[in-house]
Amino acid sequence: MGKVIVVTSGKGGVGKTTSTAALGAALAQNGERVVVVDFDVGLRNLDLVMGAERRVVYDLVNVIQGEAKLTQALIRDKRLESLFLLPASQTRDKDNLTTEGVDRVITELKRVFDWVICDSPAGIERGATLAMRHADMAVVVTNPEVSSVRDSDRIIGLLDSKTLKAERGERMEKHLMLTRYDSARADRGDMLKVDDVLEILSIPLVGIIPESSDVLRASNMGAPVTLADARCAPAMAYFEAARRLRGEQLPITIPGDKRGIFGKIFGRKAA
Amino acid sequence: MTKVLTDARSIRIKGRSFLALVLSPDLPLDDWLVRLDDLASRSAGFFLDRPVVLDVTGLAIDKVQLKELFEQLAERNVRIMGIEGARPSMLGPGMPPAMKGGKPAADIEVKEREAACEEPESVDTAPVELPQVRAITQSLVINEPVRSGQSIIFPEGDVTIVGSVASGAEVIAGGSIHVYGALRGRAMAGTTGNSASRIFCRKLEAELVAIDGIYKMIEDMSPALVGQPVQLWLDGDSIMASTII
Ligand SMILES: Nc1ncnc2c1ncn2[C@@H]1O[C@H](COP(=O)(O)OP(=O)(O)OP(=O)(O)O)[C@@H](O)[C@H]1O
Ligand SMILES: [Mg+2]
Repeated sequence: MGKVIVVTSGKGGVGKTTSTAALGAALAQNGERVVVVDFDVGLRNLDLVMGAERRVVYDLVNVIQGEAKLTQALIRDKRLESLFLLPASQTRDKDNLTTEGVDRVITELKRVFDWVICDSPAGIERGATLAMRHADMAVVVTNPEVSSVRDSDRIIGLLDSKTLKAERGERMEKHLMLTRYDSARADRGDMLKVDDVLEILSIPLVGIIPESSDVLRASNMGAPVTLADARCAPAMAYFEAARRLRGEQLPITIPGDKRGIFGKIFGRKAA
Repeated sequence: MTKVLTDARSIRIKGRSFLALVLSPDLPLDDWLVRLDDLASRSAGFFLDRPVVLDVTGLAIDKVQLKELFEQLAERNVRIMGIEGARPSMLGPGMPPAMKGGKPAADIEVKEREAACEEPESVDTAPVELPQVRAITQSLVINEPVRSGQSIIFPEGDVTIVGSVASGAEVIAGGSIHVYGALRGRAMAGTTGNSASRIFCRKLEAELVAIDGIYKMIEDMSPALVGQPVQLWLDGDSIMASTII
């Protein structure tokens, strides 16, 4: 049985879709079978970031309504053969997502794929709660600013109450993905510090993704950042996050903290 | 046509006690409303979606003024579920029903026949029993952080949170509140009339604290206390605070 991950945030525009695509590609590059599912019905984006927008024929709503088979709606990535996309509908209303329909689709996907990654819409409404419903683990995407952190806190509350795991009395594994981290602004004190965010949300960190023009460049190319340029800083951070999701223990480095381990010991005196 | 009842089961009517906020206005009402607006503006959404009881005991207003007050509150999205301490003649149609002292209610089984022949009690009979502060306070322990949007409501006694209370979260306790973490949301202690209740936290960053209905917002507190381990208690009508080690 595959693992279901929901990528969620509460607040909009923090990097859920970017993270879904990047993590999906990173996991698939290792040969694992991965499907990324767009739950943002009516405002789909994942197809663009994956560069598959011209190949969408059927979508999640079609499958739920019985108008298409799952195999007809799944789009295989052109670059990675173990990576698939299940797109959202752009024209239909999100009320077309029924609980039973989503149950059926996720159950089927779990049988075939090692990882099912659900890109949640922003907000705390039906679309977001359906996207998290089946999750085994959650990646909570947060920007280092107050409103994003508070919305993430709210979402964590929902993850602990509105999911199947919560209903069964089990604990949802939650991981914090801090994105758009700008070290210059952090130094100036314009952003929340990593420690402050961790203290408020009290869930473990899975990765810190730096603010970088590489992300926009990749999405303009129609490629997950981990495929567009595997050596750029955000891609490396996503690769490490993917390894942590697989269960590896890796130390986390704060982007821009060039002092590193030696710097921490000697840096202050030199400055 | 008479309907033959074949089902012998009686209809089950349950009693249940809920924790409602009680507003007790004072005169002049205009001034009181200004203060209410001030509280609401500093703690947005405070009254939204909450049952509120209006207590007008001892307030010298007439039927027209009460109706006006009710409309003023409705305009502010404060929804009154019942009015306490009003004469029955003051509560015309379109007004919420009269309510009596919030004692705990047990399940009531009403047989249809009894229900039909019993006259409803008139409102001003039977002296209202005030709820007693229980000799043994119960306690509720929450082992995880209280997240934004969550509320912990425990009128029965003390609440202990092993973790933080997030901004946008709230803890409402009949007794004291202990937060082994940062208190960033709202904490309301002693809500069932227990003025000896206290609030303790490791780090005070609260949006609002209240003990036995007396409120204080963070901007009203000494900046020296913010971010510190603090206890809060009630001295007469004012909330006192000091750091604790
Ligand atoms: N690390 C980053 N550096 C720079 N820009 C980024 C980064 N991550 C995301 N962005 C940009 O932020 C914008 C929003 O990202 P994205 O669409 O992934 O967010 P989202 O959370 O899915 O938004 P929505 O809530 O609308 O679905 C995009 O323009 C994206 O390119
Ligand atoms: Mg998105």
